[in-house]
Amino acid sequence: MKKLVSTAFASIALFCLSTAALAAPPIKIGALFAVTGPASFLGEPERNTAQMVVDEINKAGGVKGRKLELITYDTGGDATKAVQLANKLVKNDQVVAIIGPSTTGDSMAIIPVVEKAQVPLISCAAGSKITEPVKKWVFKTAQNDGLAVARIYEQLKKEKKTKVAILSVSDGFGASGREQLKAQASRYGIQILSDDTYGPKDTDMTAQLAKIRGSQAQALICWGTNPGPAVIARNAKQLGLTIPVYMSHGVSSKKFIELAGDAAEGIRLPSGKVLVADLLPKNDKQRGSLLAFIKDYQNHFKAEGDHFGGHAWDAVMLLKGAIEKGGDTPAGIRNALEATRNFPGIGGVFSYSAKDHAGLTKDAFTLVEVRKKDWVLVK
Amino acid sequence: MELLNQVTQFVISGLATGSIYALIGLSFAIIFNSTGIINFAQGEFVMLGGVLTIFSLNVLQLPLLAAIIVAVAVTTVIGLVFERLAIRPLKNATPLSLIIITIGASILIRGLVMLLWGKDTQALPAFSGTDPISVAGATLLPQHLWIFGVTVLVIIGCRLFFNHTISGKAMRACSFNPRAANLVGISVGRMVLFSFVISAAVGSLAGVIIAPLTMTAYDVGVMLGLKGFCAAIMGGMGSGLGTVLGGLILGTLESLGAGLISSGYKDAIAFFILLLILFIRPQGLFKKGETERV
Repeated sequence: MKKLVSTAFASIALFCLSTAALAAPPIKIGALFAVTGPASFLGEPERNTAQMVVDEINKAGGVKGRKLELITYDTGGDATKAVQLANKLVKNDQVVAIIGPSTTGDSMAIIPVVEKAQVPLISCAAGSKITEPVKKWVFKTAQNDGLAVARIYEQLKKEKKTKVAILSVSDGFGASGREQLKAQASRYGIQILSDDTYGPKDTDMTAQLAKIRGSQAQALICWGTNPGPAVIARNAKQLGLTIPVYMSHGVSSKKFIELAGDAAEGIRLPSGKVLVADLLPKNDKQRGSLLAFIKDYQNHFKAEGDHFGGHAWDAVMLLKGAIEKGGDTPAGIRNALEATRNFPGIGGVFSYSAKDHAGLTKDAFTLVEVRKKDWVLVK
Repeated sequence: MELLNQVTQFVISGLATGSIYALIGLSFAIIFNSTGIINFAQGEFVMLGGVLTIFSLNVLQLPLLAAIIVAVAVTTVIGLVFERLAIRPLKNATPLSLIIITIGASILIRGLVMLLWGKDTQALPAFSGTDPISVAGATLLPQHLWIFGVTVLVIIGCRLFFNHTISGKAMRACSFNPRAANLVGISVGRMVLFSFVISAAVGSLAGVIIAPLTMTAYDVGVMLGLKGFCAAIMGGMGSGLGTVLGGLILGTLESLGAGLISSGYKDAIAFFILLLILFIRPQGLFKKGETERV
C-alpha cells in the first residue's frame, strides 16, 4: 500500500514536471518606474510603453519561442522604496534583468543592489553619473544631460554668444544639469555670468529673472521639468526679457507649450527626435522606430508618445535583442547588451561598449524651437 | 539706477506673492480663531479652487465667471462636509488630534484629486490678458492687480463680518471662551461649521486667482499651505491685518532674499523667519501679549 502511494505521488510529480517542460516558463523581467509621485510624468508613460511593447512581443510569439513576463513595481520616486523593490525583484521574483527606474536618484540607489546580485539594469533616467564611471551591470537609455548641454553650447558658439545666465531647479535633475553646464562651459568658450536656482514648487521666479535682466548675459539657459520652466517663460515675458531662452530636454513635450501659452514662443530646447519625427529627413536611421512607436502609443493610449515613454521602449527592445543573442541568463544578457552596436531606438542610435554604457552621442539631440504652438527644427 | 529698478521689481513681485500668502493665512486664522484647530487641509482648499475652476472651464464648458463660482461653491461644500464628517463627530477631542485629522484629510483630498484629474499641471487663462504693466521701472501682470484687489476686498469683508454682524461677533465670542459663548446662547457647533465654510471659500478663492499665474496641480496645496501658515503665525494667528502684513512681509523678504542674496535660500528664509518668530514672539509680530489670562 505504502509503495503504491509513493509511486502515485512520484508519477504525479513527474507528470507536473513534464507539462511544465512542455510550456517553457516565461522569461521574467523586472521594471521599476515612478508611476506616482513627483516624477510620475516620467514613470507613467514609461510603464505604459514597457507593458505595451512586452505585450506586442508576446503576441508575436515571444523571444525565441518564450514569452516575456514583465513584473512592474511603482517606486513613487522614493529611493528607499526603490531599493526595497529592487531587492524584491532580485530575490523573490528572480528576474533576469531590470528596466528603470525613472529618476537618477532611484537609479543611483539601486545600483549597489544590482551590482551585488549581478543582474543587468537598464536605467531610464538621464543623470550622467549612472554610467560614469562604468558599472559592470548598469546600462541606460535616457540621453545624458551632458549631451543636451553640449547641443545648446554648440548652437550658442555658432551664434557667437559667449555670456550666459543659468537658472536651474533645486532637485536632482537641476543639480545634474547645472554641474554639466558649468563643467562644459570653458570647452565652448562660454562664460557663466549668473548661476541661480529655484525650488521645484516655486510659483514666481521674477526675482531671479530681474537679476538676470540686469546682467550682461546674452542667453538664459534654464534647467528644470514642468511646471517651473513654464512659470519662468511667463515671468520672462512679463519682465520683457529679450535674450534668447533655452530650456532643457526635461520639458520637451507639448505639455510645456500648453502651460506656458504665448510665452513659449521662440523658446529653444534640445530634444530627442521623437518630438519632430515627421520633420526628420527620410534617411534618418531612427525614423522607422520613431514612427512605429508614436503610432503604437497613439493607438493604445490616445495620447502622443513622448520621449520618456521612448526610454522604456528602448530598454525593452535592447533587452529583447540581448536575450536573442545572449540567452536568458543575467550574465549572457549583460554581455550581449555590451556588444550591442548601432541599434536605432527612440532616444538615439545606441552603441554600447565596455567603456560606454550610455551608448549615445550628442546627435541623439536635435535643437527645436517653439513656433506658433508647435516645434520646428533649428537649423 | 539698475539696482533700484531691480529692487522695485523684487518688492512688487514679493508683494504679489505675499498677498497670496496673506489670503491663505487669513483662512488659517479664521478656523483657528473659532476652534483652536490649525487646519492643515487649508492648502488643499486652495488647490481645489484652482483645479475645479479648470475642470468647470474645460470639461463643463462654463464661462470663466460661472466656473469660478462653481469652484468656490463646490470647495465650500467640501469644507462643510469635512467639518460635519471629520470634526463634528469627535465631541471631546483635543485640538492636537483634530489637527492630525486635518492632515489626514489633506492627504485624502490630494489623493482623490490625483485619481480624478490626474497628475498633470494645468494652466488657467489669465482673467484680463497677459500684457505686462509697467510701474516705476518694474513690471507686473494684470493678474497681479486681480490678486491685490481680491485680497483687499476679502480683508475688508472679513473685518466687516467679524466686527459688525451678529454671526461674526458670535464667532469671535467662541474664540475667546467657547463655554461662556454657549452659556449666552451661541451655538458653538454652528460657529465652528461657519468658520470651516468661510475658510474654505476664502482659500478656494485664493486658489482661483493665483491659478493663472502659478498654474495648478493636485500637489500645489502643500507648499502654499505652509507659506500661508507662516503668514498666519507672523500675524499671531489672529488679528486680520496682522496676518495680512505677515504675508506681505514674508513674500517681500523671500523675493528680496532670492534676488539679492541667493535664490537657493528662498524657502529657507521663510522657514527661518517662522522659527525665529516662534522662539522670540510666539504671540505674533503685531499682537500684544495676552494679558487677560489670570
